[in-house]
Amino acid sequence: MKFTEEHEWLRAENDIIVVGITEHATTQLGDIVFVELPEVGTTVSKDDEIVVIESVKAASDILAPIDGEIVEVNEALGDNPALANDDATGAGWFFKIKPSNPSQMDGLMDEAAYTAFIA
Amino acid sequence: MTDLLHTPLYDLHADLGARMVPFAGYAMPVQYPLGVMGEHTHTREKAGLFDVSHMGQVILKADTFEAAARALETLVPVDILGLGPDRQRYGFFTDDKGGITDDLMLANRGDHIFVVVNAACKAADIDHMKAHLDGVDVTEITDRALLALQGPSAEKVLAALDPKAAEMRFMDVATLTLCGAECWVSRSGYTGEDGYEISVPAAQASDLAKALLAHVDVEAIGLGARDSLRLEAGLCLYGHDIDTSTTPAQANLGWAIQKVRRAGGARTGGFPGAEAVLGELVGGAERKRVGLLPEGRAPMREGVELFATADSDAAIGQITSGTFGPTHGGPVAMGYLPMEHTTPGTTIFGELRGKRLPLTVCALPFVPAKFKR
Repeated sequence: MKFTEEHEWLRAENDIIVVGITEHATTQLGDIVFVELPEVGTTVSKDDEIVVIESVKAASDILAPIDGEIVEVNEALGDNPALANDDATGAGWFFKIKPSNPSQMDGLMDEAAYTAFIA
Repeated sequence: MTDLLHTPLYDLHADLGARMVPFAGYAMPVQYPLGVMGEHTHTREKAGLFDVSHMGQVILKADTFEAAARALETLVPVDILGLGPDRQRYGFFTDDKGGITDDLMLANRGDHIFVVVNAACKAADIDHMKAHLDGVDVTEITDRALLALQGPSAEKVLAALDPKAAEMRFMDVATLTLCGAECWVSRSGYTGEDGYEISVPAAQASDLAKALLAHVDVEAIGLGARDSLRLEAGLCLYGHDIDTSTTPAQANLGWAIQKVRRAGGARTGGFPGAEAVLGELVGGAERKRVGLLPEGRAPMREGVELFATADSDAAIGQITSGTFGPTHGGPVAMGYLPMEHTTPGTTIFGELRGKRLPLTVCALPFVPAKFKR
């Protein structure tokens, strides 16, 4: 699993990358009450604002971690946004992206680096 | 947060694992490990304990209660002279234009008036009272904490410490002995739930708070849930839903101005901005605070601009408070709209992230009050 400084995690499933936000991020945000996901088929560039998360406290944007095409979004978050709090790196995933520039993954943090980053 | 003031419960908040934030010059708990949603729901279902010691506690004393009441009526447009012994009432200070400079609770404590004002306004309120209340000693109480115990279990929890708590009705005040401390207690709060506000000597505050928290039904609740609870209850937050740009009639707070202080009443007017305030109560205001229900799940927060239609150019109002209401189970908001748009059921639009999304005007509160009248 790889991590961004924006507290996203990325997990490779064959040639598709699953993206969510870390437990550190969901703890900081507090209870998540709304998640607005991108449309499947959207082509995104790194750092595009593609997800809006509303917690009880505030709205936050999630940026595309890499270039690519959104191939699936986690519809379950629509009815149950708390999944992102309860299972941040599992059932609380946000979207799956097909990278157009897979080498962008190389610049991301590994788990040890991310743990040091948030320490 | 080194320059921030601490309440007498500061160490307890740390022990409980609170996340502290700056609020009105104080370090205050915004949430505990239970989290805002859990704290909110717990308060509605059982009982929550809030530290509201940042609020201003003030004693107004003159030769008699009547003298103090007559004096305070020159600043606050409510019936204070007619307030019975051991009774409390909601009110507000107005300015010369009829704007609201703060809202407050005031109680007839026999030989004095006990006033609770907002933290952010307390210095200005106290200066204002000292400057204008002739013959009244205005004393800020700085050696007491203020706790709120709110929720359906509040009565049984407090009555276990002093049975007299159970005899109080909504807006009664009494002196209770709680864990050996002399406490000034009112049966009131700001959550829409039954409950109490408890002024306790600072030195005994932590012990009392721990005794209340020892009850299985009681959890510590932070400012985050306090905000969602009061918003669901349709209650105004000063500096957001009401301020000097809003009048009592616009804020839909006309109910707080009793007949005796209105046009034609025995003690009509005599407070700052009386002509504007009372005129609007008779003739109607141009705009009004209403409840707003955004469609869908996305909260619309303070500052979101409101429009009559999905494509109209000019905003007709603004959201003044908005969040996700855990008990309501969806987003809730309040804001000001021109009178012609304030009928419950009216659809208006809020602009959120560049999109116009519908909201429905509705009556307040979002969650019915459960006061023990």
